[in-house]
Amino acid sequence: MQPNNPACLRSSIIAAGKIVAENKIAAARNLQSRILAGLDTKATWDELAHGSILQGQSGELQGQSIVVATIDQFRATAALIELDGVARRIVLYPPDLPLEHLPYVVKTAEADAVVTDQLQIEFMLHGSTRVVLCGKNIAPCNVGTGAQVETEWILLTSGTTGNPKLAMHTLASLAGSARQTDPTSASTVWSTFYDMRRYGGLHIFLHAALSGSSLVVSSAQESTADFLSRAGANGVTHISGTPSHWRRALMSPFADRIDPQYIRMSGEIVDQAILNQVKAQYPQARVAHTFASTEAGAGFNVNDGLMGFPPEILTSNPLIEMKVKDGTLRIRSTRTAFRYLAADNPVLKDAEGFVDTGDTLELRDGRYYFTGRRDGTINVGGYKVHPEEVEAVINRHPAVVMSLVKAKKSPITGELVVADVVPKTPLEPISSPAITQEILQFCRAELDPRKVPTAINIVPMLTIGQSGKLVRRDA
Amino acid sequence: MDIKSQIVAQFKQVAQEQDKRLAPLTDDLALLDSGLDSLCFAIIVARLETSFGTDPFSEDEDARFPVTFGDFIRFYENATK
Repeated sequence: MQPNNPACLRSSIIAAGKIVAENKIAAARNLQSRILAGLDTKATWDELAHGSILQGQSGELQGQSIVVATIDQFRATAALIELDGVARRIVLYPPDLPLEHLPYVVKTAEADAVVTDQLQIEFMLHGSTRVVLCGKNIAPCNVGTGAQVETEWILLTSGTTGNPKLAMHTLASLAGSARQTDPTSASTVWSTFYDMRRYGGLHIFLHAALSGSSLVVSSAQESTADFLSRAGANGVTHISGTPSHWRRALMSPFADRIDPQYIRMSGEIVDQAILNQVKAQYPQARVAHTFASTEAGAGFNVNDGLMGFPPEILTSNPLIEMKVKDGTLRIRSTRTAFRYLAADNPVLKDAEGFVDTGDTLELRDGRYYFTGRRDGTINVGGYKVHPEEVEAVINRHPAVVMSLVKAKKSPITGELVVADVVPKTPLEPISSPAITQEILQFCRAELDPRKVPTAINIVPMLTIGQSGKLVRRDA
Repeated sequence: MDIKSQIVAQFKQVAQEQDKRLAPLTDDLALLDSGLDSLCFAIIVARLETSFGTDPFSEDEDARFPVTFGDFIRFYENATK
């Protein structure tokens, strides 16, 4: 087996476990603690690699396309270990994605079965697709450990048309840079605020699994305080999350329950304030930020404690080619997604094989800084808001002629939604608060709370560019 | 209105708008137990910036996040001095 190109997850976990066990530096007490710890369930990697959460049904799923749509993260990770190398394709359905998208995902992935812990899915699909209910605990079972197929791993990303996009990876493209076992593996306890069904979380899960380190997974049913306490009780040494996750954690009186040696931030633009605040709370920890994305895969780590990154980082890794073209970061490597599954999705790579991340960069005083998304998506605490959708709702108000929805910087959620609204007839100052309230009520009735503008400015006119489009520039 | 009253008013207003049950606003109330989520706090900070002309979260990169409601008020009182 090639450690850098795992045959399948199950066999790689067993191999990593053996190396850690043989490693004389690994103390015996640590071997016992090499676990995947969920909210109310725990298992060792060995139990996971030799067991079944699918109540022994994985044999029947051989060569099939499977959507894994559990609420519980522990069950999802156990199912991934069980199905990699067995199923032809596994689709990671995030727990916060509304189930109304499930039929589209099932169809696009040509799924034969849905693995779930939610009974309502059985009713939703009314017999059209097989539903496999997973158990609560890992049951020992007699399973083969060699890969029968190279499984496609499908990650979902939010799309502009409402339906998610399905990006195709393999275990090799996802786990490529996951460091393998080293002398510290046995004493490392990873955790992440991310869900494993998202790229940022999946990366940590695979890293821990393939290096034989322990892992504490979060739960959507758990408060930040409870998660921090549980992570602390499990002795977490390495932990990752978005800047928004970290801002929330630092607001918690339980922030001091964890004592990590290593902290990583990714998924949103990292500003200097959050880097400094995390460092102040955890002075003994190394604080790094990372660029990676579902489509572009792994990017780079920044370890100097400063926001942005030095240009030489783009050429520092011969395996990951990076460049800035037309203001956005482009990446070519074996770590990018291969393609989107749906035929009507845009092409993922350009003719030279580069993925356009869509993340805009600005070079200031010899250092690059991320400035936002080229397509203008507003990122409210990791939740993507498309300005056009909000404008469409505002513009439906009878007193409104046009509107421009834009981002306002927020130290809490990164960005917030605000709107400039042009009224049909100039408003008397006395009537604008009433109209503003009406528009907001309009939005609240139609939109997710994160999409509702937090402020509305009544303006006489908006700038329209030569293309005939509104000129968009963030506040 | 003094700073504390404006902050209390804003907490109540945002809780109502976002349909959240706000805990009684005592000085030792942990912000995470207030019933408000990150979005609510982001909105409160943005509106207070409009009222006070300052956003102490963004202005002081070394600032520690307030943990209790009392800390939150002092954070603004210090920033607007």
